[in-house]
Amino acid sequence: MASFILNGEPITIDADPSMPILWAVREKAGLSGTKFGCGIAQCGACTVHLDGQPVRSCSTAISQAEGREVTTIEGVAGPDGELSKVQQAWVSEQVPQCGYCQSGQIMSATALLRDNPSPSDADIDAAMSGNICRCGTYTRIRRAIKVAAGIEQPRTEQAGEEA
Amino acid sequence: MNDLSPDEKKPSKLAKWSRRGFIGAGVLAGGGLLIGIGVRPGNPIGALGPKVAAGAGEQLVNSWVKIDTDNIVTAIVPHCEMGQGAHSVLAQMLADELDASWDNVRVMQAPADGSYVVSDTARMFAAPFTLNAADWLEPTWDGLFTQLGKSMDLLITGGSSSIRTTGQHQMRIAGAAARQMLIGAAADAWEVPAEEIATRDSMLVHEASGNSAPYSEFASAAADQPMDHTPTLKTRDQYRLMGRSKARTDIPAKINGTAEFGIDAVPDGLELSYAAVVRPPVPGTTVTSMDANRAEGMSGVLQILNMGNFVAVVADSYWQAQQAMNTVGIEWSQSESPVKTMDDQFAVFASALDGAGDTGGDQAAARGDAPGALADAATTIDAEYRAPYLAHAPMEPLNCTAHVADGKCDIWTSTQVPLMARSEVASTIGIGADDITIHQQYLGGAFGRRLGSEYVAMAARVAQATGYPVKMIWSREEDTQKALYRCADMSRMRAGLDESGALVAYDSVFTQRHDPAEACVPAMYDIANTSVRVAEAELHLPFQAWRSVDHSQQGFFIESFIDEAAAAAGADPLDYRLSMLTNAPRHTAVLEKLAEISNWREPSAEGTAKGVAIVESFGTIVAEVIEVDMTSGKPVLTNCWAVCDAGYVMNPDGFRNQIEGGIVFGLTAAMYGELELEDGAIVQSNFHDYKMLRMNEVPNIEVALINSGDVPVGGAGEPGLPPAAPALTNAIFAATGTRLRELPIAKQFV
Repeated sequence: MASFILNGEPITIDADPSMPILWAVREKAGLSGTKFGCGIAQCGACTVHLDGQPVRSCSTAISQAEGREVTTIEGVAGPDGELSKVQQAWVSEQVPQCGYCQSGQIMSATALLRDNPSPSDADIDAAMSGNICRCGTYTRIRRAIKVAAGIEQPRTEQAGEEA
Repeated sequence: MNDLSPDEKKPSKLAKWSRRGFIGAGVLAGGGLLIGIGVRPGNPIGALGPKVAAGAGEQLVNSWVKIDTDNIVTAIVPHCEMGQGAHSVLAQMLADELDASWDNVRVMQAPADGSYVVSDTARMFAAPFTLNAADWLEPTWDGLFTQLGKSMDLLITGGSSSIRTTGQHQMRIAGAAARQMLIGAAADAWEVPAEEIATRDSMLVHEASGNSAPYSEFASAAADQPMDHTPTLKTRDQYRLMGRSKARTDIPAKINGTAEFGIDAVPDGLELSYAAVVRPPVPGTTVTSMDANRAEGMSGVLQILNMGNFVAVVADSYWQAQQAMNTVGIEWSQSESPVKTMDDQFAVFASALDGAGDTGGDQAAARGDAPGALADAATTIDAEYRAPYLAHAPMEPLNCTAHVADGKCDIWTSTQVPLMARSEVASTIGIGADDITIHQQYLGGAFGRRLGSEYVAMAARVAQATGYPVKMIWSREEDTQKALYRCADMSRMRAGLDESGALVAYDSVFTQRHDPAEACVPAMYDIANTSVRVAEAELHLPFQAWRSVDHSQQGFFIESFIDEAAAAAGADPLDYRLSMLTNAPRHTAVLEKLAEISNWREPSAEGTAKGVAIVESFGTIVAEVIEVDMTSGKPVLTNCWAVCDAGYVMNPDGFRNQIEGGIVFGLTAAMYGELELEDGAIVQSNFHDYKMLRMNEVPNIEVALINSGDVPVGGAGEPGLPPAAPALTNAIFAATGTRLRELPIAKQFV
């Protein structure tokens, strides 16, 4: 059993306190945006925020969340559904391919920009190297972070681009 | 994503491939509301229609498009979406020919039904060269297609083929035919000549009479129109959507957690249990004993199943199932494979190559007299190359949800081959294919791994054994160690140079040949005497196509060895290649542009160097320059430039994303990719020892495109990969003088 705030709403999970947050939010709370990738905190697909800090939810027990705030990808957009700046940049830069790792990428990027609104390339490397993207969208993730930070302009509407 | 279950589920019989086969099937009316274009004779559109036309007010215009009463055009796409953007670009191609308003176009995943057999894909998948093969290569593909077509259920996503086959031969024609039929229906109603009716933004307009109407108004009447079996397709100057970087339709769901991958399946009305599984550590072995005493008493555990060739623990949650599984002791039978280590595997390869000698083995391709020219050459060079086994490692571990009840089976999974998966389930659990429904989900990566369906059959067996719905999830360790693999291989290569350094003879012999058949042939180069041979050898690990398939090894072997020839000739590697491409103007243009954008001819900074490679695969020519910084003593990847000629690119930004991804995939394998064996079992287990390139390790990547035109359109998903490894090792050679003839690279610089 553990009680915490999940995306702004109090929730009590009736499960072994050592159950990882990943499986609690996916199977008990029904929020499947947080992904299972490796189970040993090596890939970052399961990244969520615990009191605003990015953690690997596959290796963080629900007991550690007791009384604290957990934010998942489902809690990133505004209450009216307005996309966050990071999410908007992910769209403008057309980042995802398969998309499976991108919840974790967005959670890591969101935490980075909250602490460091104008990150350098080295800052981005440090904050994002725990997140694997097997499709290889890294160059777009880097650009999207800079767009979300206002360091680079979003690519203009591409509808007119000729091959 | 819409999830459709077909009501007409007869196993498919592949019709003989022809464009006429698709167009010639004609139009069938279904209850006066449905019309369609057959994908093959015996068109089942009447039976299929009710499932595709989900809403009461919707009209099915053909197998690949429907128009509803709100004038929404839905493209029904037979390919799965695994990040390659097929759903979006195929809809673009259809909507362009239909003159549909892009804002009102939707995409629907086609049901896993024989009606959606991707017939052209079979041919392209087996032998892309069949569409424009050089005569002397013909023996390399003859017969492959026939064999494949007979044995497969062909609803495949692979071979970088979606645009080239379904897009070009089906979506565009469907869109154009539907447009003509809508015009015909409006012309009849308005009593005006069809030629005077214009179409734009999903509207029919007759300016002279002032008539106009949305497509939806004539969707039903269009059913009675004759269909032009060869509708006029747009020329490039008429494209409005093709060739443009439209935003992908699947991205919004992939940034807010709502995209449903296989692992996210929550079937309506079903209470799921969860299974963790353990498969044999050495392929082909079986369970000889199992001790599950401790697991049986653990919280949430429902059942522990000895399935013979795997063990499953079923529990209330996946975590509980996996925790319990970790306590189960399993003894496995002894493997008969002589291969216990990679040294053993390479010894098997070497033995086969020894047996083939200088001229033996199966001749895959031959031109001129390679043995004679090698004997006469002023200089010869020899080299032996090696490539390791690789795992696909998609980010979404293999998983499948299954429910078997009342003689029927429902499957929720992400697969590249829904019909083959259905057949495998049918033969495994003894339920007819007619009673099996595959619910396709988004794929969290595949790269060829999900062309195999053993995980789907396993889940069906577990669900049959339990009688209740079960979601089976493989751990990352299972995914890495107990799956299907890119094969290892060894290639022995010999080149003969004349007095001027020109390459006059080329011979290679290797042991693994899968697809595409032409991958092993350096066909683009003017080498008068070429011999390519295969000396087959047994693999210890089971094979599965891996992104770019044979090109992933052969690109490394061939383009490294060409670089060796350039070095032996004392020539610039890029110029040396150009000197052998006098009959290949597209390849020449690609390399010349690459030299320009990469500043190839400028000296590199101290400690850095550039390498180049060029490979044509899946109809697309890609050349890459990689720049490496060796000042730390270890390779640091600084920049990558790529130039691609796919003939014509349908969505430039989507294409670039695929090439960027292919490059990272190829560089990951080149730097880190390796599976080692210990007592016949794979050593690597998870991302800590089966490493991926990460954000801090990838180079800057710049991709330039050339639309050379008048050739069949090339693929996007795979062609970025093959040049990456040789461009990198060639750069390391340029920087250090060390020629790397085996992969991976990183461990050679510790």
